[in-house]
Amino acid sequence: MTGPTRAAPPRLDPALRAPLAELLLAMADDEFVSGFTDSEWTGIAPLLEEDVAISSISQDELGHARALYQLLAEVLDDGRDEDAIAYDREPEDYRHARLLDHPRGDWATTIARRFLYELADEARLASIGDGWPPLADLVGKLRREERYHRMHLVAWINRLANGGADARQRLEAALAGLGPDAATVFTPLDGEATLLDAGVLTRSMADAEAAWRADLTAVLVPLGLPLPHTMPPTKGGREGHSDAFRWLWGEFTAVRHTEDGATW
Amino acid sequence: MVMAAATTRAATQKPTRVDVIAVLERVADPEIPSVSIVDLGMVLDVHVDAERIAVELLPTFVGCPALEVIQVNVVDALAPLGMPVDAQFTWRVPWTSDRISERGRERLAGSGFAPPAAPEDVRCPYCASDRVAMDSAFGPTQCRSLFYCRACRQPFEAFKPI
Repeated sequence: MTGPTRAAPPRLDPALRAPLAELLLAMADDEFVSGFTDSEWTGIAPLLEEDVAISSISQDELGHARALYQLLAEVLDDGRDEDAIAYDREPEDYRHARLLDHPRGDWATTIARRFLYELADEARLASIGDGWPPLADLVGKLRREERYHRMHLVAWINRLANGGADARQRLEAALAGLGPDAATVFTPLDGEATLLDAGVLTRSMADAEAAWRADLTAVLVPLGLPLPHTMPPTKGGREGHSDAFRWLWGEFTAVRHTEDGATW
Repeated sequence: MVMAAATTRAATQKPTRVDVIAVLERVADPEIPSVSIVDLGMVLDVHVDAERIAVELLPTFVGCPALEVIQVNVVDALAPLGMPVDAQFTWRVPWTSDRISERGRERLAGSGFAPPAAPEDVRCPYCASDRVAMDSAFGPTQCRSLFYCRACRQPFEAFKPI
C-alpha cells in the first residue's frame, strides 16, 4: 500500500497525540475494512456498471484509508509505516465499527451497510475542524469524493425500495439486521474532550450521530423504511470482532504473511 | 544550437521556475498521454532554491493509483536540470476539476474524454451532440464517468466534476 509521499506535517502538541491517534485509527479502519469488504464484489456484482461502480468506490475507500494511515504513522512516529499499521495487527486490534463487521451478505445487505456507513462517515467528516491542519486538509479533499458515494447509495436505496417485493423485502431485512450496529460508527472516543478543546472535532460523536439520524430520516421515512436503533452509551462499538471479520483479515493479510514486508 | 545552449546553461546555471514548469508541461498523466499534469492543474507550486527544486503536486483523487508513477516521472523529467528534485503530494489545496486549463479541456476532448461538466452540460467528445446519457457516475478510473451518445451511438467517458 506504499503510496506517493507527502510533505512532512507540522509539529504536534504531545497532549494531542493519543486522542488524535484514536480518531485516525477509527476513521482509517472504517474506510479500510469497508473498502476491502465491498471489493469482494469485483467481478461478481449484479450488473457490469455496478461491478465498475462498487469497485471504484472500494478503491476510493482504500485510498482514503491509506492517506489516513499515513497521517496516523506520522502521529504515532513509532517506526511503522502505513502498510505496517494496515496489515501487521491481530484481528482484535482493529478498531472499525461493528456495523462493518458483518459479512458481505447479499446485494441488499451490501447496499444497506454502505448506505448507513456513507451517511455516517459524511456526518463524521463534517465534524472535523481545523485544529490539526493535516487532517483538516485531507478531510476537505475526501468530502468532495464522498459526495459521489452518497448519490450512488441513495439511488440504490430508492431502486431497491421501489423495485418489487423481493428487492424490498431483502432491503428491509438487511436494514433490520444491521440496524442495531449502525450507530457504532459514532462510538464515543476516550479522547473526545481533548479533540473538542483543540478544535480537531467541532462536535461530539453524539451530536454527529444526531445529525446522521436526521439525514437518514429524510431518506428512509418517505420510503417507509425502518430507522436503525440509537447507539447505547457504550464504548464497545469498535471492539470484539466477528468470525466474518477474522476471515476477511486472513484474506487481506495473506500477501503480507506470505512475503514479509510486501507492499502493494 | 538551441539544445546545446540549453544544456550548457543547465550545467552552469541554476534553472528558473519557468524552466521547471516548461519541463513539467511535458509530463503527462500516464492514462491520458495527450494532457500534461500542468494542464490538469496537478502542479500547485514550484520553488527553486540554492540546493534543490521543490514541486508541490495535487492528487486528483486521493486513492488514484497513478500518483506514484506521476511522482517518479516528475523526478525523472527534471533530472537533466542538474539539481536534486523534491516532488511531494499535498492536500493543502484540494484538487478540483476546474483546475484543468482551457488547453487541458481541449486536449481531453481530442482524446475522447468529455471535460468535466454538470451531467446536463456534457457533450459528446466525438460529435459534440447534447443527446447524451450518463450510464454510470463511476467509470474505469476514479476520475471518470460512463456516458453514451445517442446521436453517434458511441459510448464515451467524461471527467467527473469534483
